[in-house]
Amino acid sequence: MNHWQLAVDSFWPLVWASVAGTIPLTLLSFAFGLVLAVLVALARLSSLKPVALIGQFYVSVIRGTPLLVQLFIIFYALPFMGVLLDPYPSAVIAFSVNVGGYAGETIRGAILAVPKGQWEAAAAVTLDYWRTLRRVILPQAFRIAIPPLSNTFIGLVKDTSLASIVMVTELLRRSQIIATPTYDFLTMYTEAALIYWLICTVLSFAQKRVEVRLSKYVTV
Amino acid sequence: MALLEIRELHKSFGDNQVLRGIQLDVPAGSVTVIVGPSGCGKTTLLRCVNGLEKPESGRVTIDSTSVDWVSKPSKQEIHELRAKTGFVFQAHHLFPHRTALENVIEGPIYGQGKSREWAVGYGMELLEQVGLADRAGAFPHELSGGQQQRVGIARALALQPKLLLFDEPTSALDPEIVGDVLQVMRNLARQGWTMVVVTHEIHFATQVANQAVFMDQGQIVEQGDPQQVLLNPKQPRTQEFLRRVLDPLADSDAPFVSPTETSAVDAPAPLISSGEGHGVGGHA
Repeated sequence: MNHWQLAVDSFWPLVWASVAGTIPLTLLSFAFGLVLAVLVALARLSSLKPVALIGQFYVSVIRGTPLLVQLFIIFYALPFMGVLLDPYPSAVIAFSVNVGGYAGETIRGAILAVPKGQWEAAAAVTLDYWRTLRRVILPQAFRIAIPPLSNTFIGLVKDTSLASIVMVTELLRRSQIIATPTYDFLTMYTEAALIYWLICTVLSFAQKRVEVRLSKYVTV
Repeated sequence: MALLEIRELHKSFGDNQVLRGIQLDVPAGSVTVIVGPSGCGKTTLLRCVNGLEKPESGRVTIDSTSVDWVSKPSKQEIHELRAKTGFVFQAHHLFPHRTALENVIEGPIYGQGKSREWAVGYGMELLEQVGLADRAGAFPHELSGGQQQRVGIARALALQPKLLLFDEPTSALDPEIVGDVLQVMRNLARQGWTMVVVTHEIHFATQVANQAVFMDQGQIVEQGDPQQVLLNPKQPRTQEFLRRVLDPLADSDAPFVSPTETSAVDAPAPLISSGEGHGVGGHA
């Protein structure tokens, strides 16, 4: 079989692996990761010392260890502790925890970039701490954080390829499976690379559009 | 009884004593202006009234809700005090991601638990009152500085406070739109709102205020009838300050001359002196 024919034949299986594997893995991990990230950011900013220290420790561990090692630990250590999870949810957990650390720092910075007057104005109209965050500070912080968060998101699309190592059938794993009987790894990996590139290019365009739409309300 | 009572208020930032035992009464339905040099503590005093700044000691009472700062008041106590005030900031601090109307109804709905229907109705009424009903759907960045500040005033009014606090509401505005904001404030005074205004608008103060307070170095130096305090001050520090405000170019050693006796600027001075460095091509 020639290279071109292999590439054409495997195109739809790879697209399917993206749609069923890579993309939901990315979206789920990013969504859970963002929730974690907000909590991490608030912990880091907390005036309660122990809470702030826990946040700091979390960020330090996540940023100080390789993502692949984090993935292995969750995949192999959890069963050892009696928690049995399929590869897919293990991968979602590992990536979420990782995004939580990195995006947490981004969101912390963005919260600090919201002018102090916004906190005061919210206090003056008698909003409590949580409503101030939810209605005044976080909407503005997210707008400030969109460019760096987009980087995290696009990075995550590619990082999900690590899940192939723990047998999650996503884009890279599918191309491996297709390549194995043919020994034509170069063709298959190149094709996988092109599809990753395509996904990330689409996301970059989407990021630009979102930024233009939202940046007009950012005051800093 | 006064609507606002401030007793023995002390506040420091580190070693810097910003307020040193402030006592002040503001009767219901009256307007009090606070003037003084920058750094005298006037803004801090205003911010201490609604707890944006936490004094070390002293007591603030608004309409029989009292906070004693010596005994570490709870969040709830501070919230109750704050709920009696509306605060207008120098730099308006509108929420940039919300429209004019949304800015106004935020406090009533999410701070005070009022219904959206009521808040929108009252909010529109207030925007009408500050002359911005037709801009209700505009975002702050689509409004001029004066319009932004008037939305800020409507936002403060929407809380139905007992007391309105203004922190230099016109200092950040272009001169030609200051009048719009002052007019809104004068109308509020006529409607009987109790107001405390930190300002440099001496003319507004003498026309609208019932009480003037001059502060310096964290203390009230002189207080009383605005005509007297601002036009015929007794204290040398007040005289010195007002001379600088009314005529910034005056020789600082000259004696105080009341603007009622003679206009601060009688002879028009040339806009640009003929001194060196101002000529065409001076930057070459």
